[in-house]
Amino acid sequence: MSRRGWFSLILLAALLLAALLAPWLASQNPYDLATLDILDARLPPGSAALDHGGTYWLGTDAQGRDMLSAMLYGLRISLTVGVLSTLLALTAGVVLGLLAAWHGRWVDALIMRVVDIQLSFPAILLALVLLALTGPGVSKIVLALLAAQWAYYARTARSAALVECQKDYVAAARLLRLPTWRILLRHVLPNCLPTLLTVAALQLAAAISLEATLSFLGLGLPVTEPSLGLLIANGFQYLLSGRYWISVFPGLLLVVVLTSCNLLADALRQRADPREAGR
Amino acid sequence: MPRFRHALSALTLAFAATLPAHAADLRIGLAADVSSLDPHFVNIAPNIALSSHLFESLTSVDANGKLQPGLATSWKAVDPTTWEFKLRRGVKFHDGSELTADDVVFSLDRPATLTNSPGPFTSYTKPIVAKQVVDRYTVRLKTATPYGPLPLDVNSIFIVSKKAAQNATPEDFNSGKALIGTGPFKFASFKRGEAIELVRNPQYWGEKPAWDKVTFRILTSDAPRLAALLAGDVDAIENVPTADIARLKANPKFVLAQRASWRTLFWQLDQWRDNSPYVTDKAGKPLAKNPLKDVRVRQAISKAINRDALVERTLEGLAIPAGNIVSPGILGNAKALKPEAYDPEGAKKLLAAAGYPDGFALTLHGPNNRYINDEQVVQTVAQLLTRVGIQAKVETLPLSAYFGKARAGDYSVALLGWGSLAGDFALRSLVGTPNPDTGWGSWNWGRYSNPKVDQLVAASLASVEPQEREKLAEQAATQALKDYAVIPLYHQYASWGLKKGIKFTPRVDEFSFAWQFKPE
Amino acid sequence: MSGFMIRRLIQALLVLLTMSALVFVAVFAIGDPLALLVDPQADRHDIARVRAGLGLDQPWWVQYARFVGAMAHGDLGRSFVHGEPAIRLVLERMPATLELAVAALLIALLVGVPLGLWVGLQPRSWSARLIDALSLLGFSLPTFWVGMMFIMLFGVWLGWLPTGGRGETTLWLGIPLSIGSLDGWRHLLLPALTLALFKCSLLLRLTASATREALRQDYVRFARARGLHPARIVFVHVFKNILIPIVTVSGLEFGSLIAFAVVTETVFAWPGMGKLLIEAIGQLDRPVVVAYLLVTVTLFVTINLVVDLLYALLDPRVRLRSRP
Repeated sequence: MSRRGWFSLILLAALLLAALLAPWLASQNPYDLATLDILDARLPPGSAALDHGGTYWLGTDAQGRDMLSAMLYGLRISLTVGVLSTLLALTAGVVLGLLAAWHGRWVDALIMRVVDIQLSFPAILLALVLLALTGPGVSKIVLALLAAQWAYYARTARSAALVECQKDYVAAARLLRLPTWRILLRHVLPNCLPTLLTVAALQLAAAISLEATLSFLGLGLPVTEPSLGLLIANGFQYLLSGRYWISVFPGLLLVVVLTSCNLLADALRQRADPREAGR
Repeated sequence: MPRFRHALSALTLAFAATLPAHAADLRIGLAADVSSLDPHFVNIAPNIALSSHLFESLTSVDANGKLQPGLATSWKAVDPTTWEFKLRRGVKFHDGSELTADDVVFSLDRPATLTNSPGPFTSYTKPIVAKQVVDRYTVRLKTATPYGPLPLDVNSIFIVSKKAAQNATPEDFNSGKALIGTGPFKFASFKRGEAIELVRNPQYWGEKPAWDKVTFRILTSDAPRLAALLAGDVDAIENVPTADIARLKANPKFVLAQRASWRTLFWQLDQWRDNSPYVTDKAGKPLAKNPLKDVRVRQAISKAINRDALVERTLEGLAIPAGNIVSPGILGNAKALKPEAYDPEGAKKLLAAAGYPDGFALTLHGPNNRYINDEQVVQTVAQLLTRVGIQAKVETLPLSAYFGKARAGDYSVALLGWGSLAGDFALRSLVGTPNPDTGWGSWNWGRYSNPKVDQLVAASLASVEPQEREKLAEQAATQALKDYAVIPLYHQYASWGLKKGIKFTPRVDEFSFAWQFKPE
Repeated sequence: MSGFMIRRLIQALLVLLTMSALVFVAVFAIGDPLALLVDPQADRHDIARVRAGLGLDQPWWVQYARFVGAMAHGDLGRSFVHGEPAIRLVLERMPATLELAVAALLIALLVGVPLGLWVGLQPRSWSARLIDALSLLGFSLPTFWVGMMFIMLFGVWLGWLPTGGRGETTLWLGIPLSIGSLDGWRHLLLPALTLALFKCSLLLRLTASATREALRQDYVRFARARGLHPARIVFVHVFKNILIPIVTVSGLEFGSLIAFAVVTETVFAWPGMGKLLIEAIGQLDRPVVVAYLLVTVTLFVTINLVVDLLYALLDPRVRLRSRP
């Protein structure tokens, strides 16, 4: 893998670690209301807290929440939502895609028609309508993202599997009368994996970005447990009055997360497609 | 040379003299969209605000919420169930025809005939069981039982021209064809969601407005509304965003106008269920009984709230702490009731006395797009409650989902804001024992019920003698708040931003009427 | 060809019907629109009367059957909030959204394609590396945050451009457009740039990889070997080849521009149909939500059809039967 690829991988690992260790890294639990103090609201970066000795390095939001702590916890939620929905959508998409490729005929036609219909409709609108229906919540947004993204994986898995299924080793496995699931899981799937991983890295970025967007529109997560997107949204009304830190810092962190996902996707693609490797 | 200079200054003077004619256009940025121009279609504030320029009612309400003559010059109760209104003579509609008793009766009948109205005005016309035209300028309205607030009720029903509105559809109103009223302005144009233009009505019977033309621009998002004012695209805006109040105050080119409005924010607490859905112990298990039924717990919650910090920090000074359900200056505001003092230790003691020394857990519900910084207010109160041992979670919803669920009784503790021009009115809806047939307690989410309060409110509503009514309304409020039927938080401020050179009289009901603005 | 068209049309109709049913049922469950719209003082009888007046007292399938029946006549019901036909409200706002989307697409094409061509032709130059890295960043910036940063930078700090709204419009063939006045342009610029950023990066990367692909083709190598002028090679041979993927992707991405306009319009208070949708969701104005979704689905289906036809036009080798 390229240097850029390794760099993005290390960055992503560091972000994941920061999210995992948020309770130990953060100076405050921003979701525990007892630790917030309304008298500390909207302090600029570097301010000292009123009653306890701490310093708010990145300032505080409208509830007196330490921005740095809120961002670490927000990162945790954003990554949880992104990774969870990606894994679920990947699984659902791969199962349906393999099924379509293996069975062919009406199963293929049915699944791919549904995929076509779904892909003709932008993911954001689908997720938006679903969330307007279910209300905010982590599980609900994961569900909405799953519904919005499975079709991409199904299409990728199907076309990759179709290529594999025509290869000799699959024909041989069929002759040996190996069980279908075994051929698919042990032989076809591993060969489709590089393409699928590239799509997954891209879609992970898309999922995290989509969650942030939906939270920004007020349809994503509850206010007391803000993700990065919600933190940005909460700062919107203060932007014009010069309290930039409430939305600028979480935004920068979000950009770092998305960029490292996309960098990784780029590197994976170059690896999967040797013709592109020459650059 | 001096002569030349003299000539020059004469010239500038001449130019200056022509300025007012040019400056007699007023552009106002509105914070909410006007959904329909039909004055009887839907009973929501932005529509009423606009209709008030084109239409008038029998009675009017001044900037302080006091009832004044409108299209009726006088009214009196000729017997306990009959009100007589004398119409102003010689009032002309925009099409030149004269206002008569027939138009009044037609207008009072019309709300009940609109079948597809999503928010009908019928609650104001319903107490009227019969209408009688005595002569061309006299109307009598009969009610089934003695009903004091009728003159205030008819203030909400705009008088339209029978000739123009008789067979008109909503489209006829929105195109301006049927928009024939008696108001100080006439309709010019309507671009939905963007702008509405009105022109002066030269035949207006009352004080003529200072502006030839008024343009209302719809700017529902906070930042663009403020930006439009700063950029000079509009001359005035309503609802200055709290975050920008300080910035506007510091700018010498603009003026900030503020006043405490009629809207009071308070908590409704579940006082009817033994097991309230959002009240549990700290582990999330149901409690043996509903602590909110205990007046000591309600008082503890009230004491736990630091209203000064809430007002100063969360609302950035855009409110005053409240100890009443209606704002100061409004009928039924009892001056003896003071805002509860912040007393976290006292709150803890009360909780212990009530049998909850370690507190309990509950969820606070509130809207997130209705009142000034509403979502943040709920969060701040949760923070304050958590400090006295009541572990509070927060759930906020868009208004669309919130009111429906709240009215269905889904919540344990829920935030509500209420603007009313009379305390007995507000109490009837907010703390009266709920009864779907009479409409009492229709917004009493906590289902507080005290026959004594009901009695006082009923007596107040039935009294046609203003001073007696005021006394009874204050007694009712005092009784209800002694029980902590609801927990008042603050009276909201309304604020307007204006270009320097415009004078403005703020109204208690938060409306932005073009005639409140005057060139200086 | 006609078989293909008929199949695509049937599929389009199927999409429309499925979406309408899904949307209709979905909006049903969000909440009771009456609680929001009925006057605070109203009693049970008022509520029942309004409910019947709006047809909300019927079971949902009766409401849906009525709705589909009316839809066949081009009637999508009246807005609960505005009392006017929902479809009219959506169509009124459509020009603003389309103008924004077209402007964004043009920006994306005008910036993305030339830069992509450069990156594809000179992949090893430092400028190409820089552009490539920037495009990855552009790919990663969330639309709404970019919009906010633009507002802060150009609207608040520098004060060069307005922070929102549509500004002055002029009528072109009866349609109000921003591009007829300077004020309109000033208002259009930031939202269009915001919306364009992602697509610009996408087109840039697409163009770059298509260019690299084309350079490897035999006829380009042959043309090079024959000593043809490099400019001629690029603008005739390479460009002709990369045109097809660019047209296809631009067409398909136009639909997603319209969808993402929901976000941009919310940030910039741009009075398009996306903002109308968010408002309608907030007010539970079901007919408007349904009308918006049906209008956009129709729009997408049409765009997809047009792209298919264009594709066939540009590349006669493609049989319309199947699209890769």
